[in-house]
Amino acid sequence: MCGIVGLFLKDKSLEPQLGTLLSEMLVTMTDRGPDSAGIAIYGADQNNLAKLTIQSPDPETDFAGLAEDLRKSGITNASILPKSTHAVITISADQMDATRAALAELRPDVRVMGTGSTMEIYKEVGLPKDVLERFKISDMSGTHGIGHTRMATESAVTTLGAHPFSTGSDQCLVHNGSLSNHNNLRRELSHQGIRLETENDSEVAAAYLTGEMAKGKNLGQALTSALDDLDGFFTFVVGTKSGFGVVRDPIACKPAVMAETDAYVAFGSEYRALVNLPGIEEARVWEPEPATVYFWEH
Amino acid sequence: MPVFDLATTTLRELNQSLHGLDKSGANEQFEVTNPRGAHAVAVGIDAPVDVTINGSVGYYCAGMNETANITVNGNAGPGVAENMMSGKVVIKGDASQYAGATAHGGLLVIEGNASSRCGISMKGIDIVVKGNIGHMSAFMAQSGNLVVLGDAGDALGDSLYEARLFVRGTVKSLGADCIKKEMRPEHIDILTKLLADAGISDVKPEEFTRYGSARELYNFNIDNADAY
Repeated sequence: MCGIVGLFLKDKSLEPQLGTLLSEMLVTMTDRGPDSAGIAIYGADQNNLAKLTIQSPDPETDFAGLAEDLRKSGITNASILPKSTHAVITISADQMDATRAALAELRPDVRVMGTGSTMEIYKEVGLPKDVLERFKISDMSGTHGIGHTRMATESAVTTLGAHPFSTGSDQCLVHNGSLSNHNNLRRELSHQGIRLETENDSEVAAAYLTGEMAKGKNLGQALTSALDDLDGFFTFVVGTKSGFGVVRDPIACKPAVMAETDAYVAFGSEYRALVNLPGIEEARVWEPEPATVYFWEH
Repeated sequence: MPVFDLATTTLRELNQSLHGLDKSGANEQFEVTNPRGAHAVAVGIDAPVDVTINGSVGYYCAGMNETANITVNGNAGPGVAENMMSGKVVIKGDASQYAGATAHGGLLVIEGNASSRCGISMKGIDIVVKGNIGHMSAFMAQSGNLVVLGDAGDALGDSLYEARLFVRGTVKSLGADCIKKEMRPEHIDILTKLLADAGISDVKPEEFTRYGSARELYNFNIDNADAY
């Protein structure tokens, strides 16, 4: 089944509340997906800095002394902020590739959940409420974010199988549905040199969009191509550094509701997810059309 | 008039109160507030009562309804009035997927738009939609009437049986075995009554086009044997 939510703020005064609002939306979707949950959130841009969200099955051992070890390996400005099983490493923007290489060497069990200048990703197995509390998501501020509650169908219930998936810098995707041509697409994307971490069908969709955007398409154009190239059931909500997009397959049996006011654009698998948003009573509420791309940019 | 505030009362309490009503009984009136997208609001009623729901509801509102009049002052989620037997359900806003699915009787009025698969497998219900309907509507619809004042999406009436479809606007495409049909006096009579029942007075039955089954799929065509 799965539940997905997204919130794209237009009114800057709501930014300190982004984490709280998204958390409420996601917890409401618990009964659509109680086995894992995750969230991607876009915070403030820090000049010339980039961050990696990493995850470890043994955070106490892996995160201890990691910043120092990275600095010794030449990542001069590395700093680390652990949050439960995840940590955010902040580095100079030009040292991303070197950091990834150093991490693989220094802490082989650590997985990179996402990278970018503003995006952080947190996802774990467990009830959405517990996952959100673990990472203190409600304390986070930001410009936009997406979230997912998972009821697994296509691959195992693991941290890496949880959404959102990130396959490019500041890009992330959540998916409700199942793809039927993901094995072929995975092979094609690997040939293009796109890194795939899991056997999950939704990660393939994320990687596909990354590949299309790498060809110079904007988010809206990449989503339009997805309608031709992805086979199966999907409602996707996608984030980029400045954008927020939604697309549903032509059959559109996976539910979706959107709401827009002067202050925000919101997405929920169900209207229930939107009822706590400020001014929802006056919002324009609609069901996104099948095979139609919706996207907004800051 | 009893008021159930779903912010403070459980859904179970509301539905059990509605199920416990005297079936022959007086025309009681109920109000439901703060539904906030809840699922299964006012399902399975089998008494002639009026229920007014102020706000938007989630999945399966008014499902299996028998004899009750239910009004939703808001939008409805997927499967509104699914398997309704009789009575009347009015949605003042939009309805999501498969509104009125498999319903045997009664009248469903959607004052906004309906989404995909409206009236799928309908078995005798009358559905009047003031706005548009989405793709695959009236798929395998068996009997009853689907009246659309706006436009219909792709594959209208695919694999249709004997339901009558009346569309005032455009039809994006017809499904397999669904064809345009002549509007005869008996159809004008049906439409006149349905529009009146739905409270619509500014639209003439003559503005609609009737669609129905070509009945080509009723029997196996031996020329298709190779496909199996």
